[in-house]
Amino acid sequence: MKGRAIVLPENIDTDIIIPTQYMTLPTVRRMCSYAFSPLRPELAATVRRGDILVAGKNFGCGSSREQAPEIIRELGFACVIAESFARIFYRNALTNGLLVLEVPGIAAGVKEGDIITVDMEYNKILTPDGGRYGFAAIPDRLAAMLEAGGLVNYYKKLNRAAS
Amino acid sequence: MKHTLSQKILIRHTEERGLQSGDIVETAVDRVMIHDFFTPFCFGKFNEMGFSRVWDPDKIVLVYDHLVPTSFISDSRHHKIGDEFARAHGITHVHRADGVCHQLMPEHGYVKSGDIVLGTDSHTVTYGALGALATGIGYTEMAAVLGTGKIWLKAAPTIRLEIDGELPRGVYAKDVILCVMQRLGADGSSYKVLEFGGSCVRDMSQDQRFTLSNMSVEAGAKAGLIEPDEKTLDYLRERCDGANIDGLKSDEGAAYDRVVEINARDLKPLAACPYNVDNVKPVEDLEGVQIDQVFLGSCTNGRLEDLKVAAEIIGGKKIHPDVRFIVVPASRSIYMQAVRLGYIQALAEAGAIINHPSCGLCAGRSNGILTNGERIVSTNNRNFLGRMGDDRVEIYLASPATAAAAALAGKITSPLTYL
Amino acid sequence: MGMTITEKILARASGNGTIRPGQIIEAGIDWLMTNDATTHVSVDLFHNRVKRGRVFCPEKTVFIIDHNVPSESTNTTRVQNIMRSFAREHGCPLHDGDGVCHQLMVENYVSPGQVVIAADSHTPTMGALGAFGAGVGSTDFTAAMVTGRIWLMVPHTLRFDLTGRFKKGVYARDLILTIIGDIGSDGAVYKAMEFGGPAAAGLTIDDRMVLCNMAAEAGAKNSIIEPDQTVKAYLEGRRGSAAEDAYLQSDPDCTYEHVYSYNLGDIEPVVAQPHFVHNRTAATELKQRNIRIDQGFIGSCSNGRIEELRTAAALLQGRKIHPGTKLLITPASRAVQLEALREGLVEIFMEAGAMVLNPNCSVCWGACQGVLGPGETMISTGTRNFKGRAGSPDSSVYLASAATVAVSCLEGRITDPRAYVQEALI
Repeated sequence: MKGRAIVLPENIDTDIIIPTQYMTLPTVRRMCSYAFSPLRPELAATVRRGDILVAGKNFGCGSSREQAPEIIRELGFACVIAESFARIFYRNALTNGLLVLEVPGIAAGVKEGDIITVDMEYNKILTPDGGRYGFAAIPDRLAAMLEAGGLVNYYKKLNRAAS
Repeated sequence: MKHTLSQKILIRHTEERGLQSGDIVETAVDRVMIHDFFTPFCFGKFNEMGFSRVWDPDKIVLVYDHLVPTSFISDSRHHKIGDEFARAHGITHVHRADGVCHQLMPEHGYVKSGDIVLGTDSHTVTYGALGALATGIGYTEMAAVLGTGKIWLKAAPTIRLEIDGELPRGVYAKDVILCVMQRLGADGSSYKVLEFGGSCVRDMSQDQRFTLSNMSVEAGAKAGLIEPDEKTLDYLRERCDGANIDGLKSDEGAAYDRVVEINARDLKPLAACPYNVDNVKPVEDLEGVQIDQVFLGSCTNGRLEDLKVAAEIIGGKKIHPDVRFIVVPASRSIYMQAVRLGYIQALAEAGAIINHPSCGLCAGRSNGILTNGERIVSTNNRNFLGRMGDDRVEIYLASPATAAAAALAGKITSPLTYL
Repeated sequence: MGMTITEKILARASGNGTIRPGQIIEAGIDWLMTNDATTHVSVDLFHNRVKRGRVFCPEKTVFIIDHNVPSESTNTTRVQNIMRSFAREHGCPLHDGDGVCHQLMVENYVSPGQVVIAADSHTPTMGALGAFGAGVGSTDFTAAMVTGRIWLMVPHTLRFDLTGRFKKGVYARDLILTIIGDIGSDGAVYKAMEFGGPAAAGLTIDDRMVLCNMAAEAGAKNSIIEPDQTVKAYLEGRRGSAAEDAYLQSDPDCTYEHVYSYNLGDIEPVVAQPHFVHNRTAATELKQRNIRIDQGFIGSCSNGRIEELRTAAALLQGRKIHPGTKLLITPASRAVQLEALREGLVEIFMEAGAMVLNPNCSVCWGACQGVLGPGETMISTGTRNFKGRAGSPDSSVYLASAATVAVSCLEGRITDPRAYVQEALI
């Protein structure tokens, strides 16, 4: 896949991704307008479907609020690429069918607005300045869940088949 | 093969004796906790997944704490949805206004050493202080656990923190964990388990140990374990019903990812400065920073000993006129004990604003919101941008002693000023 | 020609010999008070519309933060910070989380015969100490703050002669809700509501505050009870002396616009139904209708004092509230909170499963604690039950006494306290 990069610094915590005061809104869709607002209030309105979020280390640290990856997917991001992820966020992202890739060195190689390519066959990111960044393949188990579109779809199918 | 405690807990549950770091195993779960913040999403997903029954209602605990008391019109919906789900599935362990989930889970005997416990809140790691493998998960995964009673977990390597020696005057468990944050960094334990040990930890009370385990998630840890000893077993015997209370420990000679040694004698009062939990500095370097508000409470530091230390430091004096001092005991039971021991009166007489047990300001939605330009010293566990109001509110995380000293002085100051 | 106590107070304050209802006078002010609901508006006027503004008498201009404590939003905090800065800058007393404004004024500042003007509708509460208390808007407040004087129209007085004694399970709250039910929410508009008669002497200060406070809900300008030995003893106990005060009484030959008579022994537990304070009915009648309660509240400037807390504690002791019902209890001030702690009442509330909150306006104000969601029903000791008062416009509020609220929370539905009161021997 190819997409426009939106770049964030390191240690982006879940309070930035979605501030607590909006978390009792009834749907994730309505929370989207407040995504990233403490740091980049204009960001949510400018995301286009297929954009790629690129970040530094420890992306998604902080609370276990699952609205964080849900909102990122809902906004239209095709995937999140980061130097590293906080573990609860990582799990929650996969659970919600949001592709997350840990790519060491990526933060230095991408600028806001760059069109980058994510090659899932050869596990590489290609940047406009000719850079190539490799990443570890996603374990099969998790890839299967991602492919199903997340955990809910996985169990929907399972329970339907069982009944 | 020699294993660490977290691995032994997984082995006990799965019989995978050859377990190694990195292995992914599916395991049964002993108890789960869902808090009010996520009831609509969790139970919504449960229904969407097509489950009709929960796997075992006795193993499920619902706690309302983030939205207690209700501050906005949309809050009570979360409680209604929780009550409906409990009714529909025969769940009886429902705590509607008893305090913070991570205090109630140990207090009511829902967790034993050697258990695998999951919660919809990241500070579920707190129960690691009882020697349980406890960790936070998202509400969708929790929905699947409610339906199946199982979860997949990756066996993680353990970083051992060997903390030896006696804590100096004015230095407490909170300062110890802040030191750990400083050493490891906010992602220093990412995907790993922390294991706290050493003579300093052995000397700590169970309440102080909860403070240590509680903040392990701020270093990215999956869990923050403390091997159970007699203190732990006594605590458990008083609260858990029946059998199976044993003290599973790490094997002698088990392999650790690394061992970090901390000499408790060298520690000073510390504070995590804006806007990251690992931005830790000695309080003496912050001496004189003017503050507007102090918060004493949360699952990190809202326990009886925390209230005691604050009441002792306040010692009959009045808080600074320009400071709002908000105190929220972590549970109903702690509040009542604090009343009997005179701590609540002492704090009220000093001018503190004392509120009903709940997450309070730590949850960052209400109960003491601040605006830009203001600073707060708080005993909770997070100080990110925008955590307690406007984005440039400065939150300094510290021990209850340091917080009480700040409330008296109107600025950040060492608790030794008053001890 | 004699004057009522209200006329006498205003005559003194305006330097007049005799005054008549309907007359406009200019009175000197003894106490000014404002709270965090509207002070920012007054401060804005002070800075932008007043030439060379200074506070006329800073030590008698009291700033009290009580409505949203602790703050639930950045906007609220900004507004409260404006109050804090202003009070500090001008050397005015500031109460920041000590409790509800009217409670603090009665506990700490007001004396019989004084004139108290405040930017809050329940200022008539001051009448419990035999003082004149009236609420005004922000503009009037700012003018008063700068000049130390205010124009007032002398109100006609409605006299309520009270005789007899309350039966068990019946309280001052039931009396005032009965009266408002009888005369209507506009039954005392622009009038002074004066309570007296043989039963008045037996009313405690707490009782007197209950009556004078809710007079605002009948539209009264002020409300008052002639100060007596009870007031003297209260002031001596709280402040050390009752020296400079004016213990005025209504003249035997004064003129009342109307005299009402109430025998306290005839009063029953009553409840004001949604969405009007005068929409009163008997608690027993509502008991038949099996009205489920989601939340109960005991607190506010109307009913959050030690006597109400004692009554509630006696009824809740050894029992648990209904699992489907929340009960929020908020002492009206720090002093009340400390007294409740000393008497073991807080422990009783906690044992029963209630929530005990910090002294502030709390649930009555409906903006930061105990906010109701759509479809919820609350029974409360607060002052108002207008649509949306306590949160969602789609919620319902019933007003009642602390006893009625307490027992309703035990059963999870509105009920009559008298059965429980017999048992509790209170």
